[in-house]
Amino acid sequence: MLDPFIVRALAAGIGVALIAGPLGCFVVWRRMAYFGDSLAHSALLGIALGMVTGINPTLGTILVSTGFAMMLLWLQHTRILATDTLLGILAHAALSIGMVVLSFAGNQRFDLQSYLFGDILTVTAEDLYWVYGGGIVVLVLLFKNWLSLTLMTIHEDLARAEGVKTFWVNLLLVVLMTIVVAVSIRIVGILLITSLLVIPAATARQWMKSPEGMAIMAAFFGLLAVISGIYGSAYLDTPTGPSIVTAATILFTVLFPVAALFRR
Amino acid sequence: MSVLISASHVSVVRDSQEILKDISLEVSEEDFITIIGPNGAGKSMLLKCLMGFYAPDEGHVTSRKGLKIGYVPQRLQAEPTIPITSRRFLTLRRKSSAETLEKVISETEVSSFLDKPLSVLSGGQLQRVLLARALLNEPDLLVLDEPAQNLDITGQLAFYKLLDRIYQERGLSVLMVSHDLHLVMSSTKNVVCLSREICCHGEPRHVTKDPEFISLFGPDMAQLMASYQHRHHDHDHDHSHVHSLTDKTEESSASHHA
Repeated sequence: MLDPFIVRALAAGIGVALIAGPLGCFVVWRRMAYFGDSLAHSALLGIALGMVTGINPTLGTILVSTGFAMMLLWLQHTRILATDTLLGILAHAALSIGMVVLSFAGNQRFDLQSYLFGDILTVTAEDLYWVYGGGIVVLVLLFKNWLSLTLMTIHEDLARAEGVKTFWVNLLLVVLMTIVVAVSIRIVGILLITSLLVIPAATARQWMKSPEGMAIMAAFFGLLAVISGIYGSAYLDTPTGPSIVTAATILFTVLFPVAALFRR
Repeated sequence: MSVLISASHVSVVRDSQEILKDISLEVSEEDFITIIGPNGAGKSMLLKCLMGFYAPDEGHVTSRKGLKIGYVPQRLQAEPTIPITSRRFLTLRRKSSAETLEKVISETEVSSFLDKPLSVLSGGQLQRVLLARALLNEPDLLVLDEPAQNLDITGQLAFYKLLDRIYQERGLSVLMVSHDLHLVMSSTKNVVCLSREICCHGEPRHVTKDPEFISLFGPDMAQLMASYQHRHHDHDHDHSHVHSLTDKTEESSASHHA
């Protein structure tokens, strides 16, 4: 069972679970699920541009998704259209333009499905550097700004009055999300990234009484989902990305009512 | 007395609308200033400008060096999605000694629900927790933005009573936006009546008789305020207060003596 590709897959999956859990808590607390989904959609444009220009697709994704997020923040500022409308425009525009650019590239080897649903079993050593390099950056920045971010989540103006540079911390959160999206594409694919952020955090919610506890628990549930998903997919010969998400969903479905029972 | 914050000729323009127009205002030590005004008068914007959230488009705001501000927002929408106890929220991103914490907790009477999740607290409890959080910083100035707006009448009374006690005991300054002028009449030293620009300002009993105040809130409001005024300040004239409610001319002649 310890083929090198399985080991690499596990290493990548564990890395992603560990960062997606804590960051996913903010996605749950701040209702950013649709935003995360849109970021992931915009990633396809990043991959396409990466292929055309020859730069690393992960780097391309981070750049394009960050640009996408900036554009969104700026459009939100004008307050003429609601955020979900803007996301609906930007996400699908990026997805479509990405597909158009890819058709110009005319790359025959391009496997669209692997980008949409992930292809964790083909993870390379270079991918692992991105996961762990990006992961450490995300965790360090998240840790340093944890209290400010949590306070802002509860009341943004209160944080501002107490000296938090809310504009920059908001921007930081968005950039951290783009990094997680970029390094997670190989694991679960564009269409399933949000589930990796949201499901473990949602599962952890009822079990913990502090924000930090929820973050740690979310990382743990993500870890459990990734490991059982990878082993399950190897054993049952099912697609790996969807298997991980299925495992996460099973955990959620079982643990949610159990937590409700405990609370009584 | 030392000036904590001063605004001079502050104007704010948003979407080519002048939200604040030529505002000059000073908050000094031990001041208690209440800002009143109709909806959309720019009250919250003025507070945010004074606290430095936004730079004014014209004019400038200066504050005393090292000024510590405690901010109490209008309301806290405690989402149940985030698990956090009131105690944790109180000290979140705040470093204070156990002694200070203890003092503030007893001062604001929040100890009985400190270990409950923030999301289950009532409106009045939440406002007290917010007030406690603002006090933990040992502020020179408390800035409150309609702090009792979402409370019922008993809650409002209790909150303003608590605020008044803290103001008296701590000797700090208070700058507050409030619609409940009748409830803060006895605490507040100065009233600023705002409708994009400062219409009138001064001691509460004078402001409520100002023609600008009357034109902004109507004569009924002015008369109502005047009657509260009597109740709080001229206790020995209580009978004339009762009288004044029934007789308009009597009321206006009485007001000249006040």
